[in-house]
Amino acid sequence: MSETAMPPESGLFSVGAPIADTKAPPGPIGERWDVRRFNARLVNPANRRRLSVIVIGTGLAGGSAAATLGEGGYRVEVFCFQDTPRRAHSIAAQGGINAAKNYRNDGDSVMRLFYDTVKGGDFRARESNVHRLAQVSVDIIDQCVAQGVPFAREYGGLLDNRSFGGVQVSRTFYARGQTGQQLLLGAYQALERQVAAGTVRVHARHEMLDLIVVDGRARGVVVRNLVTGEVSAQFADAVVLATGGYGNAFYLSTNAVGCNATAIWRAHRRGALFANPCFTQIHPTCIPVSGEHQSKLTLMSESLRNDGRIWVPKLAGDGRAPADIPERERDYFLERRYPAFGNLVPRDVASRAAKNVCDEGRGVGPGGLGVYLDFADAIARLGRPVIAERYGNLFDMYRQITSEDPYRAPMRIYPAVHYTMGGLWVDYDLQSTIPGLFVIGEANFSDHGANRLGASALMQGLADGYFVLPSTLAHYLAAGPYPSVDETHPATRETLAAVRERITRLLAVGGRRTVDSFHKELGTILWDHCGMERTREGLTQAIAAVRALREEFWRDVTVPGSGEELNQSLERAGRVADFLELGELMCIDALHRDESCGCHFRAEHQTPDGEALRDDEHFAYVAAWEHTGGPPVLHKEQLAYEYVELKARSYK
Amino acid sequence: MNITLRIWRQPGPGRPGHMVTHRVDDISPDMSFLEVLDVLNQRLTAAGEDPVAFDSDCREGICGMCGLVINGIAHGPQASVTTCQLHMRSFADGDVIDVEPWRAGPFPVLKDLVVDRSALDRIIQAGGYISIPTGSAPEAHSILVPKDDAEDAFDAATCIGCGACVAACPNGSAALFLGAKITHLGLLPQGQPERDSRALAMIARHDAEGFGGCSQIGECTAVCPKDIQLEVISRCHRDVVTALFHHGEQQEGPPEDQTGGNLASGPAGD
Repeated sequence: MSETAMPPESGLFSVGAPIADTKAPPGPIGERWDVRRFNARLVNPANRRRLSVIVIGTGLAGGSAAATLGEGGYRVEVFCFQDTPRRAHSIAAQGGINAAKNYRNDGDSVMRLFYDTVKGGDFRARESNVHRLAQVSVDIIDQCVAQGVPFAREYGGLLDNRSFGGVQVSRTFYARGQTGQQLLLGAYQALERQVAAGTVRVHARHEMLDLIVVDGRARGVVVRNLVTGEVSAQFADAVVLATGGYGNAFYLSTNAVGCNATAIWRAHRRGALFANPCFTQIHPTCIPVSGEHQSKLTLMSESLRNDGRIWVPKLAGDGRAPADIPERERDYFLERRYPAFGNLVPRDVASRAAKNVCDEGRGVGPGGLGVYLDFADAIARLGRPVIAERYGNLFDMYRQITSEDPYRAPMRIYPAVHYTMGGLWVDYDLQSTIPGLFVIGEANFSDHGANRLGASALMQGLADGYFVLPSTLAHYLAAGPYPSVDETHPATRETLAAVRERITRLLAVGGRRTVDSFHKELGTILWDHCGMERTREGLTQAIAAVRALREEFWRDVTVPGSGEELNQSLERAGRVADFLELGELMCIDALHRDESCGCHFRAEHQTPDGEALRDDEHFAYVAAWEHTGGPPVLHKEQLAYEYVELKARSYK
Repeated sequence: MNITLRIWRQPGPGRPGHMVTHRVDDISPDMSFLEVLDVLNQRLTAAGEDPVAFDSDCREGICGMCGLVINGIAHGPQASVTTCQLHMRSFADGDVIDVEPWRAGPFPVLKDLVVDRSALDRIIQAGGYISIPTGSAPEAHSILVPKDDAEDAFDAATCIGCGACVAACPNGSAALFLGAKITHLGLLPQGQPERDSRALAMIARHDAEGFGGCSQIGECTAVCPKDIQLEVISRCHRDVVTALFHHGEQQEGPPEDQTGGNLASGPAGD
């Protein structure tokens, strides 16, 4: 690796030893998962009830993992901050779930889903993991159908499919615009079945505040009961984090308002490496911001791009109503720039294109931050009832939020933070750098590279939870049970004391600014400098700004109430304090990655026509960061491409 | 817009509560109802007062976590939406708006507007699932589902478990929630093997949690943000009766706690 690739700001971090994923077996890629499973140790069914697992989070990944581990006979303790496991934000996923079933006979295969995902991720994901994901995708659909997930069907009773961005086949299974809800309820019901069977205990309204590491192994967590405020230590033979992404670092995102990075960030501080933190997906089709008061942004499913056409006026500053702009004065910019994929280019490409036309002054709606998503042609071609059947709930939601009728006038959409490809580093077994700490779903970094394709998050969450983790975790547990740990262990005492001390500190600052005001300010910094377009100068400013804001937070925040009660301000304060640390690492990662790839668009690195310009010679690696308390240490995991040719991504 | 909120404040479970008046000035009609509470909480916090506790998460009408009784109506005056999707354009400048938590025996108040709805989870635990261990599923296309059945099952399956039906019901019944799950699973071929046992176990758990019986008033469906239809309760009742009949045929008799519950009785207990 050339030293010239190192940016001059390297004082912000140092470079440590490279890391490797040693768990993926060598050999033909199609056989690796079989080989890994065959070589994995097994646990005798009679011994499983002596082994315990803590699962944090109950979305698609956590819910499906906990249910499956419970069925397997392990003792499972589940924690979620919501009032019931069914609320996890997987519930809000709209469009669908991919699987290489090839029911359409349109040329799909495991290999093609693998290829599309590696290419869609702009060659920053691991081949072995992605291929396994494509392999198990077909089993997920079988499992969910058998659970009673009411997928869309055709008149013959067979499952229907739709297409999604970044691909040319129809492999997406869906349940109207509520696929995530239906899949999550399937996992939730499987989980509740295990609760009734006595294998799983669910602790709702509990938040993980730290990880207990004993002799180098993850052996438990410290949780806070959000109703009583009680802080307690919980122990197990292994800990699984399934706590989702960190998009709420930006304050405004399509995430639920409770989504947070505290569990993964606390684990990071305890030694788990954090991979590719700057890879955040900005989704092109969201309802634009309407004002200062906004508490979250709402996604309009990518599936709408199957039938909706995206356009802006050709003329900058054109103030006419959309219906008054004749066809020849409209610019269907995605169809123009990307004729092969048209409106179905991947999310990062579509978002950037929308930003560009708005930067040119051609945006529509208040503030010029919007583009049209127009269904007039589709309604004329297919009729309103067909459109209503496909997207009815999305149209209703749009009308509810904007008070505009998308059947009559085009929707206005603008990109918004939606998903984080980065997350805790895991090996092929989904184990972090702390033995016994496994990370699944959006919380890990493993499968999507620098950009996730539509309908692949649900696939990955369920692949990890139903099929991958239960095998790999068993291998780890087979070496257990591990020596028992209790409240008197020095590691437990230290961790409990640290959590209590932090709560006390948050309550004791007694400043003047509310937690939300800090969160909004952090979000603005990240959106402006670590969002759709990043520059060396902007990121350098952002790092200084985040540091100053963090210092101000601990000097001037006000958190009312006490720690011994239901205190939502205190909950938010802890989460925002962690975002203030993570935000800095996101900017450092973005600054160090001196190339453009997928979602990470560094203005300094683009092709003459404005596409992302990768630097495979210097940056074909996963950036895994080690927490030190001072400048973080960068560990590189080199990526090798044996099956997909490393080449410029083109959707033209 | 300027509005006045009269909000139920209660410091903790089992503690006395009362309505407290809060003025919120200078709000936009584009704000959601919960964003008005956010603004109020910012101002209360800045003034050193205790902010109002309320539940919300996705804020796009799908997670089911939010839920307030607004001017006496669960999820407020607009039909077919959750509280988070209710916007201030549904109100007028100068309005005085009452805000209360769900009120039902099985939903104890935890603080202010936050209630404990775990009883709904326990109804699902009793049988709201299809028993299919991971990895044992047949090929997806080996199960054909007529499109109309799939659509009807989907309509019932869209229940978000918010509990508005219970809050609205004069009997405090969760029959609409219960019926939605029984209908969803009962309409699908995959749900047939456990159809009888599911209906009996779930209704028994529903009653044991202290929810009242259904007397077909229909307040539940009127406030349901997902428009779950009253028909699901009829389907639930039919499944319970059929299950009891099958049990009689087998001369086994239902287990003691599966008596068919408050099938058509009035309010439960006190």
